[in-house]
Amino acid sequence: MFVLTFAVQTIVEELPVVVETLEKTAEATDGGANHLILLLTVFALAVFLGVEIITKIPPTLHTPLMSGSNAISGIALLGAILAAGGDNGTWAHMLGYAAVVFATMNVVGGFVVTNRMLAMFRTRK
Amino acid sequence: MRPDLVDLAYLLAAILFVIGLKGLTRPRTAVRGNMLGALAMLFAVVATMLHQDIISWTGLLIAMGVGSVLGVVLALKIEMTAMPQLVALFNGLGGGASVLVAGAWLSGKEFSEKLASGNGFMDALTATAASGLIGAITLSGSLVAFGKLQELKFVKDISFPGQRILNLLLALGSIGVGYLMVVQPENAQLWFWLLAITATTLGVFLVISIGGADMPVVIALLNSYSGLAASATGFVLNNNLLIIAGALVGASGLILTRIMCVAMNRSLWAVLFGKMQSGGTMLSDDEVYANVKSTSPEEVAMMLEVAQNVLIVPGYGMAVAQAQHTVRDLTNLLLKKDIAVNFGIHPVAGRMPGHMNVLLAEADIDYDRLKEMDEVNAMMDQVDVAIVLGANDVVNPSARTDPNSPIAGMPIIDVDKARTVIVVKRSLSPGFAGIANPLFAADNTMMLFGDGKQAISEVTKALNEG
Repeated sequence: MFVLTFAVQTIVEELPVVVETLEKTAEATDGGANHLILLLTVFALAVFLGVEIITKIPPTLHTPLMSGSNAISGIALLGAILAAGGDNGTWAHMLGYAAVVFATMNVVGGFVVTNRMLAMFRTRK
Repeated sequence: MRPDLVDLAYLLAAILFVIGLKGLTRPRTAVRGNMLGALAMLFAVVATMLHQDIISWTGLLIAMGVGSVLGVVLALKIEMTAMPQLVALFNGLGGGASVLVAGAWLSGKEFSEKLASGNGFMDALTATAASGLIGAITLSGSLVAFGKLQELKFVKDISFPGQRILNLLLALGSIGVGYLMVVQPENAQLWFWLLAITATTLGVFLVISIGGADMPVVIALLNSYSGLAASATGFVLNNNLLIIAGALVGASGLILTRIMCVAMNRSLWAVLFGKMQSGGTMLSDDEVYANVKSTSPEEVAMMLEVAQNVLIVPGYGMAVAQAQHTVRDLTNLLLKKDIAVNFGIHPVAGRMPGHMNVLLAEADIDYDRLKEMDEVNAMMDQVDVAIVLGANDVVNPSARTDPNSPIAGMPIIDVDKARTVIVVKRSLSPGFAGIANPLFAADNTMMLFGDGKQAISEVTKALNEG
């Protein structure tokens, strides 16, 4: 239900842009593959893959799942690196460096604390 | 490094993320799964550093060094009871990073080139707006959640008439500003930061009025948002890895949100915007609590001595009292006496999904003993003694019996069906839902008043001597 609402939302959000870009590229590329559509395809498939995997995770591991997936969401770090390290001017660099610090904290801290938690889950045989 | 090689490295990282998450489906493989995730992130970062557009490394390495040190210190110092706060904080940082990256892109080289060329950037601008909107809500919402969980003095529950309307206006305002940004690319930066400010305010007001027991839902939802913000940033930068990783996290957060809502029998809408409605036929505390019996640690020890099957139901109160280690001692003593001990864990016990499991694992309690609600309810008639420790609403039988109760229909752990129930609690004060709990006055219930940690340790002592 959530996924559905969410998918509908995404589609509604992106719809005008999709239509416009489609029209533009149809003129430009003679109906060739559209980049935005490719990105949306990747996104949609990844959401379904995520749902498939994560529904199988037992409640016992929900907290580590949250902190671990949290670390993964720090992937914005890549964008931060490109902003801070590229030829973009001072303002972009400042924003980029701040983002690098934030995202690295999120990534490194997230993985370390998840590891710390998971190491505690054991059974005595 | 050539861009196509970087993309290949990203593909590898995406595959590793998926395999890593799959590893998290079982405790046995979970540690390795998490390591694979970290390895994937390392690959991706190294590949990005080698990207041909990167002109300087020094600043990057310093910034990453600072972030790593801060992250590791936080991760190693944090108490397990404070895990919800830490996750909220990290969530906020991730959301914040997405906003900053989107902002930096707008003032960067690529955008100015696109602006000069005059076409093909409406989709990127829409994505930037989405990234700013979701990222800013995640940032401020998570920080407010952090403040509430940490019980910072200046973060108070604020609710005022017209709050819903204000939130609605802020949401519409954010979308409006986002629209202006897309149709006026030459002023995009101005509109973007205005959008970030409105969305930040919205995030604050959305979370500020949400009460403690609803926190698991909020934390899970913000977790999802931090992923979606990263995904949106991926659309800005045309980066598949950001899109994939963000989508995985977004899906994970949505599923957890749904599980939490089902476990409270409340819709997401009611959690975010509603209040707990007060019930129709509420009995006063005096009527409900006319027949409450209290007991002593020694008496509890005697009951445990002759029991064969003991169930412990922990709640947030166990975390507050830091009682998990004393519970472990009691568990070990009972096991030594050949008494079966299990733990019944309600999905929303604590302040985040799985909170109780982590605390009990920290205290070295075998995770095979941690049972889900349905599993313990099925075996409740064989339970001789059920000990309720710091839980209240999740064991309130009115959810089952009183259709007018505010928590009517919420799935609960049916401890009232056990032979004897011991409720460890400081007083008869109500739980988060603010309703009386008839369990406390039931014929088979005895109250053990006191601090959770001290009470359990006194029971253990009495049992040891007896």
